[in-house]
Amino acid sequence: MASRTAGHLSATEPVLTAHAVHRAFGPTVVLAGVDLTIARGEVVALLGGSGSGKSTLLRILAGLDGEAGGSSVVHGTAAVVFQEHRLLPWKRVAENVGLGLSGADGPGRIRRALAEVGLAERHRAWPAELSGGQAQRVAVARALVREPDLLLLDEPFGALDALTRLRMQILLRRLRAEHGFAALLVTHDVEEALLLADRVLLLDGGRIAAELPVDLGPTRTPDDPAFGALRRHLLDRLGVPTT
Amino acid sequence: MSRTTLVEAPDEVSVATPVVPRRQRPARRWWRLVSPAALVLGWELAARTGLLAAEKLPAPSDVLVTGWRLSRDGTLGIHLLDSLTRAGAGLLIGGLLALALGTAAGLLRLGDDLVDPPVQMARMLPHLGLVPLLIIWVGIGESLKISLVALGAFFPIYFNTYAGIRDIDERLVEAARTCGLGQAARLRHVVLPGALPSLFLGLRLAIGAAWLSLVVGEQVNAQTGIGFLMMEAREFSQTDVVVLGLLVYALLGLISDLALRVVERRMLTWRRGLRAT
Repeated sequence: MASRTAGHLSATEPVLTAHAVHRAFGPTVVLAGVDLTIARGEVVALLGGSGSGKSTLLRILAGLDGEAGGSSVVHGTAAVVFQEHRLLPWKRVAENVGLGLSGADGPGRIRRALAEVGLAERHRAWPAELSGGQAQRVAVARALVREPDLLLLDEPFGALDALTRLRMQILLRRLRAEHGFAALLVTHDVEEALLLADRVLLLDGGRIAAELPVDLGPTRTPDDPAFGALRRHLLDRLGVPTT
Repeated sequence: MSRTTLVEAPDEVSVATPVVPRRQRPARRWWRLVSPAALVLGWELAARTGLLAAEKLPAPSDVLVTGWRLSRDGTLGIHLLDSLTRAGAGLLIGGLLALALGTAAGLLRLGDDLVDPPVQMARMLPHLGLVPLLIIWVGIGESLKISLVALGAFFPIYFNTYAGIRDIDERLVEAARTCGLGQAARLRHVVLPGALPSLFLGLRLAIGAAWLSLVVGEQVNAQTGIGFLMMEAREFSQTDVVVLGLLVYALLGLISDLALRVVERRMLTWRRGLRAT
């Protein structure tokens, strides 16, 4: 598995290129050759049923799986937000955000990142004192503070209640408009994929089974008839009856 | 319009890991002192009225007077210092060895394969039963006492270091990796603080084992120390000094445990969650 991070950037180069990514757990083949390219600033949603290997693919792209085959290269920097917040319980919120952060003006960057997710006053709190939504926002701040070219999101709002999830989706859209990062969003929520992504990929049988551009414009709402049509189409592809 | 309270707001928010036990009302706490006080009082009365023979069990007040006398002339201080030195040296040697081996076994697969099996086997030996063998190996001098304490302290620290490292959430280590933390930084920011609660538990158990080992060790040909004081007093039937020695051992255990609790509370503020800030 050649997983590397290329330092230099150019405007035309994609932010992520993965080729023939393969992963098997014993005799079970989870990924049977996945090709994936993400352009700068593009948000791609990766849809699939549970067990389809979408989280496995994200872990490989994040460089967390040393036993996968194929190649994947991130041109620039990547940051990950997991389904669970994964904050270190023994560090205060600000220390968690600044974990492993190098370079000048660390405290200022941490403060700004926390302000962007609306948690500036909670910088002295322990993770145990936060609600689920707040903790996840801190996790987003921890990713943002690194100014990533690519954000890898592994069902980032999957463990949150429905209302909090909607707020987080709005937050992510705003942050993306401000920072212009590219993102790979792993989700099983068709609506979430359509709300946030420029392109939807469907993972099935260890391969990208379908690819679908989402041309719904910047202000999207599920009430849009075009949104409904896409949603039905995707649910059909996922094998969910929608009558 | 009347306001209705649907649910009474709880006085304190319960935290997922309740470390601090529920505070009891002062009245109830004082109530718990009644039976110990009655026991001491009964003991005192029984000794004073001659119900208890003084050579079997002297009155608690006599023990205190003896304690005062021995502290004034410096005897108690000298012996206490020697006992503390032995306990400290043994704890340091056994603790550091346990920490090193426990870390190696917890972190490295090779360490686990090489270190853990013999330690698991040695654990089955009651370490106080090794006294005859230790006497043959290291003699009956100072090294025997220190070896016994070190052996007693080793096992609790080893096992808790090992368990503390093994119980760290792998997902946190992974998250730290995505934040760009290298091996050394992950050890410092994730593994060490994650294993710390377990390390404290190990240290507390080790200190208990250290005192116990000291009691046994100091009864073998010691020339100084609290144990020596007690053995010598027994020869002269000074029961008050024997009881005083027991009291000192108990106080040492109590004080060391309390001190460790204070340090633990300071270093593990994050565990208290909502109470911390």
